[in-house]
Amino acid sequence: MSMKKHYQRPLDFKTGRIDMNHGAGGRASAQLISELFAPAFDNPFLRQGNDGAQLPAPPAGHALVMATDAHVISPLFFPGGDIGCLSVHGTVNDVAMLGAVPLYLSASFIIEEGFALADLRRIVESMAAAAREAGVPIVTGDTKVVEQGKGDGVFISTTGVGALPPGRQIGGALARAGDVVLVSGSIGDHGVAVLSQRESLAFETAIESDTAALHTLVAALLAAVPEGSVRTLRDPTRGGLATTLNEIAAQSGVGVLLDEAAIPMKPQVAAACELLGLDALYIANEGKLIAIVAPEVAEAALAALRAHPLGRDAACIGVVQADEHQFVQMKTALGGMRVVDWLAGEPLPRIC
Amino acid sequence: MKYVDEFRDAALARNLAAKIAAEVQPQRRYHFMEFCGGHTHAIARYGLAELLPASVRMIHGPGCPVCVLPIGRIDQAIHLALERGAIVCTYGDTLRVPASGGLSMMKAKARGADIRMVYSAADALKVARANPVREVVFFAIGFETTTPPTALVLRQAKAEGLKNFSVLCCHVLTPAAITHILQGPGVGPAGDVPLDGFIGPAHVSIVIGYAPYVPFALGYQKPVVISGFEPLDVMQSILMLVRQVNEGRAEVENEFTRAVSADGNRAAQAVMDEVFEHREVFEWRGLGEVPDSALRIRPAYAEFDAEVRFGLCYQGVPDHKQCACGEILRGRKVPTDCKLFGTVCTPENPMGSCMVSSEGACAAHYAYGRFRDIPVVAA
Repeated sequence: MSMKKHYQRPLDFKTGRIDMNHGAGGRASAQLISELFAPAFDNPFLRQGNDGAQLPAPPAGHALVMATDAHVISPLFFPGGDIGCLSVHGTVNDVAMLGAVPLYLSASFIIEEGFALADLRRIVESMAAAAREAGVPIVTGDTKVVEQGKGDGVFISTTGVGALPPGRQIGGALARAGDVVLVSGSIGDHGVAVLSQRESLAFETAIESDTAALHTLVAALLAAVPEGSVRTLRDPTRGGLATTLNEIAAQSGVGVLLDEAAIPMKPQVAAACELLGLDALYIANEGKLIAIVAPEVAEAALAALRAHPLGRDAACIGVVQADEHQFVQMKTALGGMRVVDWLAGEPLPRIC
Repeated sequence: MKYVDEFRDAALARNLAAKIAAEVQPQRRYHFMEFCGGHTHAIARYGLAELLPASVRMIHGPGCPVCVLPIGRIDQAIHLALERGAIVCTYGDTLRVPASGGLSMMKAKARGADIRMVYSAADALKVARANPVREVVFFAIGFETTTPPTALVLRQAKAEGLKNFSVLCCHVLTPAAITHILQGPGVGPAGDVPLDGFIGPAHVSIVIGYAPYVPFALGYQKPVVISGFEPLDVMQSILMLVRQVNEGRAEVENEFTRAVSADGNRAAQAVMDEVFEHREVFEWRGLGEVPDSALRIRPAYAEFDAEVRFGLCYQGVPDHKQCACGEILRGRKVPTDCKLFGTVCTPENPMGSCMVSSEGACAAHYAYGRFRDIPVVAA
């Protein structure tokens, strides 16, 4: 992969653009890797320079956990983040939500011909910083270029591998009646931050995406309560809190009863949703988790979440209940009751 | 949220609920239709039915512009995009409305139609300016609320001399629809559909004022209370209706005084008058053909009228035979009376108008209220 640099003009990160050569697997591809990806993500595994990375096995008794996520977002840059850090956080979180310790990531890029190298560098550096901050190296990757009009700037897929300590069982099917539902902070921040930047919709808001790697928050939570008392962890991304709770209810064969007044939400998020006719319960989050825990540890779990910087606004928002229909219901702030249903299709603004 | 949270206060809601409960007469039942989908949505979303006495029944009327859009009109929009190569711009929640042949605008988009979601009529105009060699059609739907912005873009397009912009006008009118319901079968003193009063439209009334409702409040002896969309607005309006019924009055009262006047927005009405005229008849999904209930573009703006420009002929398409939307919209049935509800007809796969938008009676009941009755398993 090493190149005689003086024989080749370096990449123009000011005005240069991705062209089909960068994905052809030849010299231009190698240059993109050696001048952008390799130095940004640098680590011993990546330096092996092979088609795959050779990794140490997890400690004896640990199980391997793997998660993969494709990231497609418009716009690519939004208040509080970009597709780069999002692609690291999303996959780290998917691994962490099983109670595993995230160890390694892979990354694959599909870049559209004509994409500005300056933007690609910004994304890659953001990704590298997120991976470093999380302590989860990107150990292997791939780059493809598609013709103009056949992509949307850049798509990034990441896969994460983690190690699950012996005996730990956390999953969507393990919630049971009587358990308590916790959320680690205010909902809807990411979705509203992204909406505010959409070309057709641009509105001003102080809301930033909450995108963050949650594995240290999960570690703090698990350390504070006895093994087995955290039944389910899930990050409510697409489809938001509502859809995630419906998934858990269906997996576990239980119902959920939420208390609307207890669900943390920033006033700006509530206002933006009001304006657009959207329901914040269905808006995406990228730095929040839902924890379903045994009732006897609810207090300790909440305290552990609140003691961590990413869980300061954690709240107890409801309980799991026996319900053959697996309804997620909510006591409204006005004292009424309603179902909080699955998201039907994409959330679309109402007309009036 | 200033000016919003004040209208969602739980203590005030309990207080209003207690007042309603105290004032309903024990021997009486009260049937009120909320015309607007916005009210239906608020009632469902905030669980207001739980706060009302059992003797007060809310009937969800036809006031959701997406729900009442007939299949034939969506077909026209899809035809323009798929067969005539036009860019069709539309409001978001129109995308899911079922059309003929298993299509919807969203499904047509997946088949290559250039259909773009816009947040305003002005955005459609921007698309036209940015694509001078393409025909751009704005699929204009909605009640009097969304009509003035459509009128303004038509005026703007004419002023600019835009050659590639037109509007497929499907704007409908509120008072005509309410009159149609009151004249429908089974309504009235001898009929099987008791209707004791109406919660009147909020946003529509900002434009047209509350005066247009006076003739039928008097003529049909049905009280109307113009109401805001916040939950306390709705509760207060129900209390006002209960009082009118108890006192034997049938007047138009205005709960939404912070936004609605008797005459409405004169400037908005003027631009609507300049650009639009009444259609003799227009098909409403679920209600059939309703006389004098919609608008078309005046001849002076014919070059911007998509129906004229593309020589479109309207072809009505019947709803599913077992669909009970028409009777649900008239208050003769509730969603769970329909054989299709929750089985064949769901929000993911709506068959009838009431299941289409979140403001529709069936969709609202499916999404928010079905825990009360039938064990529907979510898709």
